[in-house]
Amino acid sequence: MTEVLTQTPTVTFAKALNAAMADAMRADDSVLVFGEDVGKLGGVFRVTDSLAATFGDDRCFDTPLAESGIAGMAVGMAMNGMRPVLEMQFDAFAYPAFEQVVSHIAKMGNRTKGAIRLPLVIRIPYAGGIGGVEHHCDSSEAYYAHTPGLIVLAPASVQDAYLMLRGAIDSPDPVVFLEPKKLYFAKERVDVDELRVRYESNRDAGIGRAAIVRPGTDVTLLAYGPSVSVALAAAETAAGEGRSLEVIDLRSLVPFDDATVTAAVRRTGRVVVIAEAPGFASVASEIVARVQERCFASLAAPVRRVTGFDIPYPAPKLEKHYLPGVDRILDVVDELNWEDA
Amino acid sequence: MKHATAEQTSFMLPSPQPVEFIDQDGRRQREVATRDYELPGVEKLLRGYQKLVAGRRINDQASALVRQGRMAVYPSSHGQEACQVAAVECLSEQDWLFPTYRDSVAVMARGVDPVAVMELLRGSWHSGYDPYEHKVATQSTPLATQLLHAVGVAHAAKLRGEDTVVVALCGDGATSEGDFHEALNFAAVFHLPVVFLIQNNEYAISVPLRQQSVAPSLAHKAIGYGMPGERVDGNDYAAVLAVMQHAVDRARNGGGPFLVEAHTYRMMAHTNADDATRYRSEEEVRAWDARDPLLRLRAYLRSMGVLHDDDEAAFAASAESIAAALRTGLNAEVEVDPADLFRFVFAEPTPQLMEQAAMLAEELSRPAGDAASASSAGSASGGQP
Repeated sequence: MTEVLTQTPTVTFAKALNAAMADAMRADDSVLVFGEDVGKLGGVFRVTDSLAATFGDDRCFDTPLAESGIAGMAVGMAMNGMRPVLEMQFDAFAYPAFEQVVSHIAKMGNRTKGAIRLPLVIRIPYAGGIGGVEHHCDSSEAYYAHTPGLIVLAPASVQDAYLMLRGAIDSPDPVVFLEPKKLYFAKERVDVDELRVRYESNRDAGIGRAAIVRPGTDVTLLAYGPSVSVALAAAETAAGEGRSLEVIDLRSLVPFDDATVTAAVRRTGRVVVIAEAPGFASVASEIVARVQERCFASLAAPVRRVTGFDIPYPAPKLEKHYLPGVDRILDVVDELNWEDA
Repeated sequence: MKHATAEQTSFMLPSPQPVEFIDQDGRRQREVATRDYELPGVEKLLRGYQKLVAGRRINDQASALVRQGRMAVYPSSHGQEACQVAAVECLSEQDWLFPTYRDSVAVMARGVDPVAVMELLRGSWHSGYDPYEHKVATQSTPLATQLLHAVGVAHAAKLRGEDTVVVALCGDGATSEGDFHEALNFAAVFHLPVVFLIQNNEYAISVPLRQQSVAPSLAHKAIGYGMPGERVDGNDYAAVLAVMQHAVDRARNGGGPFLVEAHTYRMMAHTNADDATRYRSEEEVRAWDARDPLLRLRAYLRSMGVLHDDDEAAFAASAESIAAALRTGLNAEVEVDPADLFRFVFAEPTPQLMEQAAMLAEELSRPAGDAASASSAGSASGGQP
């Protein structure tokens, strides 16, 4: 017990997001949080817990159950001086808002030659691995990443949950903020007070920058959101087998950090992209294309992907067959032309 | 939920017949009940008439400029000018207007430069004016989506205690969209100062209103949200202004949102690209000639002895000067800058867009003879770092 007290306390991913919103609301009274069940209940994942009680019902409030209404109203509020942070309850329940996101949120700045900027954040609990029933586990990032005008972020660590949400709220551009559901209650030893002080002094949220989360020399694994922990587990297993796998947490899908990825692939010459979403026409496809366009001469093997199958997200009892796992990643790693090395 | 009695909710129902002050012969009518609405004074009606004349001239000039190839498209509000002008005349300076693509006359009536308004329709940019300058949002093309933006502007204003009312425009077809429902419901639940004006011009391109809705009237939809709805003869400027002014004043005084259905008629095809003879008869259209909003208001003002020949000449001259400005502005070749393609997508441009901008700039810097081959060989995925 005494040992624990002397260490940095553990914080969940959800609590870090909650702290980021609370700190942003404290720092700027134009920051508002709204959505379905975000008030008294604190959100179905409790990410907005106590914000209404702390900041009042004008700053954190429940809306009628209508996602297009939530997103469309946020456009007007952002036009008129507010910084709305919206919660979509689940990935697949964000689809009714799609027209507002694609036709207005993404385009307003361009349409008005910068006269109207929409500094809003759309928080979306996303992806699977939680045994959720249909419509609760979609990886919808490709729709947003494909839409010009949106920043698309997918944090994978507690520290990034805090820092990147602070950065998203302060961004002058609209941000789609993808929160991997399976990480909500994952804990890390993180000092949120220290993060707050650091962020408020340098405003650096790491948006647009990938992070090398495990160094390695033989293969580069590129992952984001829920796939980062799987990539790290694969690298750990591979290390036991004598192979050194580097893991890069992409963090920011738009803007994309070509520089970090390119430099890594040029070092290792072998790369596997890991993502939960179906692979066809996906963010993973785009990353493969970018890597081979930029690093062709450095590649010792084809750029490979380990993604979800091109099927609707499966029912809970079948999802283990769908999700990219350590074995599937290591099988692909084994196929990377080692005989030529 | 508490159950309201019929007496408690009847005020939300529209009048049995559309509110009308001036009949189609220009006479003050006494047959239709006008509730407590006040006939606007002659000064306001004269001012409105001048704007109607200008609006008609703008509509016809813009349609001509399309035929001459100076604009890509123009959805005309010919026949709907009473709604266009009243939607703006009821507002104060601090209020907002949320228009659609058919509401160019309303946007100009609010003070936006006519040539700037036409940037959308001449094809030089998606919007040509700063929405904050006259508190006029961009003209929305996706139906009913702008109604929610109006709700958001009003909500932010209410939270900050600002004295702002928002008028949001849509057509009859837009009332079938989900965003129409969501906007009215949000406005009512949050008790926001928004006035929704439906210009029911009987057609959504080719589809008549009876195929959009079998509600007793579109104004009847209001009670379902817990707000008042009113219907008005959309070609009677005095009636539209009276009802809109009532709704705006009520919203300003904390009364919450209001729905107005103005019954009017789209005299022209949907746009120049449409062929209205495929879905409606010439007889049907000509029957509306007699209900023209300009003729009606003119006859009334003449009969009242407040509109004189010299006024009419002055109004026509001022309308012609706007038309001339449109001709001059739209006949001039518009400058477009290819670098603008990338400049405004984000406030902080991404490295990917900077690369692509550099690629286009490099293409454009080559001698003219190389440009065609260069553009066909260029990859949209951008250059290499």
